[in-house]
Amino acid sequence: MDFNQDHFALLGLAPAFAIDGERLDQAYRALQTEFHPDRFAHAGEAEQRLAMQWSTRINEAYQTLKSPFSRAKYLLELQGIQAMDANNTAMPAEFLVQQMEWRESLMSTVATADYPGLQALEKAAKAEADRLLGELAADLDERRDYLAASETLRKYRFLEKLLADIDNAYAELE
Amino acid sequence: MSYSEKVLDHYENPRNVGTFNKDEAGVGTGMVGAPACGDVMKLQIRVNDQGVIEDARFKTYGCGSAIASSSLVTEWVKGKTLDEAMNLKNTQIAEELALPPVKIHCSILAEDAIKAAVADYKQKHGGGGEYTACNPPKEH
Repeated sequence: MDFNQDHFALLGLAPAFAIDGERLDQAYRALQTEFHPDRFAHAGEAEQRLAMQWSTRINEAYQTLKSPFSRAKYLLELQGIQAMDANNTAMPAEFLVQQMEWRESLMSTVATADYPGLQALEKAAKAEADRLLGELAADLDERRDYLAASETLRKYRFLEKLLADIDNAYAELE
Repeated sequence: MSYSEKVLDHYENPRNVGTFNKDEAGVGTGMVGAPACGDVMKLQIRVNDQGVIEDARFKTYGCGSAIASSSLVTEWVKGKTLDEAMNLKNTQIAEELALPPVKIHCSILAEDAIKAAVADYKQKHGGGGEYTACNPPKEH
């Protein structure tokens, strides 16, 4: 095995946003078994350490590729793009207005224990998140427009946060 | 991670929460977002005829540090000129609130929000010298 391989090569996948999730899981399990520390219990110290390093490396690759967010972020990193640069706070105005409105409506549904309102908000946010994932796939795999993909990914990050906060709101209402 | 006392103070008693009507003549609105954490921040200023910021409001959906950073900025910019407000640096915010390195992006967000608000005000009023010959200010 080669430590310089990227995550996709390590797990035997073509570098793309659209991946076969089952193949990813299978490749991960096969590699984890191969390099499991138990299998090196009787090996020399150097070999044990190497197996441990591989195991860590395989985990990192799997976790990165499993989530759509980190997979897209990683694909952009392979292109030399840091999509989540903290200094980049400019988002399209209409997008931010929409985010503000959703955040305000989340606050008010919680304040008034408006369960149907929360469900409607969740539905709208999920639809937008799915739409953005579709756009990401087109940006990354078809158009190969990496700057557009960076912006789509940044938008998706806000939706992920909103959906997480909606989950918390459900817990609060129950 | 624990918040500093100043962050907690602003978080528990945020100053100047709210909104101005963005179409009001003296109002400048800045909206920014931090993809790193999904925080959204709106910061507004009300400017008088002398170009001094009389009042400010904010609405931030995000972590305690982001709320504290924007709350602090609304306090700081009151009574300042637009140029003074433009010179505000995120490092001053981070220092005042004793933000840990992982929360520095919250102070960057607040700095960008005030700059966006000033830019919006200047654009509405056709001043600020940011216009080029190809992009003259609109008539009022």
